Amino acid sequence: MTDPTSPERTDTPLSASERITTEQVAKVAKLARLRITDEELIRFTGQLGDVLEHAADLDLLNLEGVEPMAQPIPLANVFRKDVPGPILDRDEVLAVAPAAEDGFFRVPPVLGESE
Amino acid sequence: MSSAIEIAAAVQSGERSAIEVLEEHLGAISERESEVHAFNLVTTDQAIAAATAVDELVAKGGPLGPLAGVPVAIKDNLCTRGVATTCSSKILEGWVPPYDATVVTRLAAAGAIMVGKTNMDEFAMGSSTENSAFGPTRNPHDLSRVPGGSSGGSAAAVAAGFAPISLGSDTGGSIRQPAALCGVVGVKPTYGTVSRLGLIAFGSSLDQVGPFANSVAEAALVCEVIGGHDPGDSTSLPQAFPAVSEHLSDGVAGMRIGLITEMMGEGIAPDVAQRIRAAAEWLAAAGAEVEEVSVPAVAYGLSAYYLVAPAEASSNLSRYDGVRYGLRVDAPTTGEMMELTRTAGFGDEVKRRIMLGTYALSAGYYDAFYGTALKVRTLIRRDFDKAYERFDALLSPTSPTTAFSFGDKTADPMSMYLNDVCTIATNLAGHPAMSVPYGLGDDGMPVGAQVLAPALGEVAMFRVAAALEGSLS
Repeated sequence: MTDPTSPERTDTPLSASERITTEQVAKVAKLARLRITDEELIRFTGQLGDVLEHAADLDLLNLEGVEPMAQPIPLANVFRKDVPGPILDRDEVLAVAPAAEDGFFRVPPVLGESE
Repeated sequence: MSSAIEIAAAVQSGERSAIEVLEEHLGAISERESEVHAFNLVTTDQAIAAATAVDELVAKGGPLGPLAGVPVAIKDNLCTRGVATTCSSKILEGWVPPYDATVVTRLAAAGAIMVGKTNMDEFAMGSSTENSAFGPTRNPHDLSRVPGGSSGGSAAAVAAGFAPISLGSDTGGSIRQPAALCGVVGVKPTYGTVSRLGLIAFGSSLDQVGPFANSVAEAALVCEVIGGHDPGDSTSLPQAFPAVSEHLSDGVAGMRIGLITEMMGEGIAPDVAQRIRAAAEWLAAAGAEVEEVSVPAVAYGLSAYYLVAPAEASSNLSRYDGVRYGLRVDAPTTGEMMELTRTAGFGDEVKRRIMLGTYALSAGYYDAFYGTALKVRTLIRRDFDKAYERFDALLSPTSPTTAFSFGDKTADPMSMYLNDVCTIATNLAGHPAMSVPYGLGDDGMPVGAQVLAPALGEVAMFRVAAALEGSLS
């Protein structure tokens, strides 16, 4: 295997404007349930592009055969014993919710007329 | 002002009352808080009740914890039952947690007195505390400069004498960098050694709670109090926190310490680099074997981090939708309500990171961005492991510069991110690191030396930090 940190170019870095477009930012904002103004769309696209352009240095790495690391510790499938224990008090939780009714969180209609 | 250790001893022996100690610190707060703005909330009434309870215990003959009567400031992303917890975000305004974070429970059980919730960059995203929805915190050493971030309020609270100790959280440097900029000690422990239960999540595979203090010994004691297994956190390691306090005077003779080449060159201010070289020379004079060492993959840490952390954040912050807690902007449908709530509740930096993370995780880009970053994370861990075959601990600057001025980096997020260049790799690896003050830069502002160690290598890390601290006194 080649040295994974050797500056071996496997791809040509893309420029910031190629990394993310205003259309993509608009789509991502919608997916993330954020409304952004036209001014924000342009500003955020430039700023996100800067970050992605910086991240283009990763394209210089040869990552073949390298395992991904999602978290740093060797623990997996940590379970507790299946016995009842103390839980949060429902009234206390609902007391600080934006709206509650009959022991539930209350929200506006899920299937609305608009859109 | 006395140290946490002196306060606890005096309260335990009955020489001073917890109330008297508390009043002294509340006095310091009322004197300077209006200019420093370290706190989102000062919890005077609860603190008086807690201090009174400690004094009643003293009168009854105990039992008293190791932090009896010690005032502590808590970062406002740690849940405190019955006390508003905001993450310095408008989206959590009005929310009062129905439970305590495990670290808060453990501090209280040790006799510590919470004096308030500290200001921070919104959802811990930032390096200057300028991203707070409630206004910035100012550096107590020079009010025209930032305290660092994201735990800027906790660092400033200790530097200003509002409390001898405080808690912060560190996802990419958010304890160590403000500690360096404010001239105090700050510790980011090994991932999994301190419970994250009740720490409001930002990047779950990176976040870790840790202390600020004026001395290495106080920071060590707080780590031992808050650390150790918590069954409520599935990423909590099974063992107790390494017993660091008993090794603080071991010295560094015979230790092998590596100065990280990649963190001493380009991008590091010459006066900061000069202080760290002085630290390395002193450690060598104290009997350590000190050499430069290259950890090549850390150069890619920043890029990997700004894909991994936003990806995790975009997922974690999807829960703020106006349904269960905090802000709700009313609208005819739930979908619109969620969109309007999130749009009104989050600040720009949080929106940027949510969008970046959503993009990095989206179909068609997942492998190119998130997947790549996770592999780079493996390389970083591997290069650190290689270095730790030859060294017990590593040394670097904590921050590339001393504290900068307000507004210097807010227009260009990338310039702000570059501030984390020395701290980020540690979080990606899950390792411990701490910042210890090591003199002043050319501008008279504090410089922090960062001591890094392998996973669960806290004893070596604290030995080096204690030695550096001792060299200045």
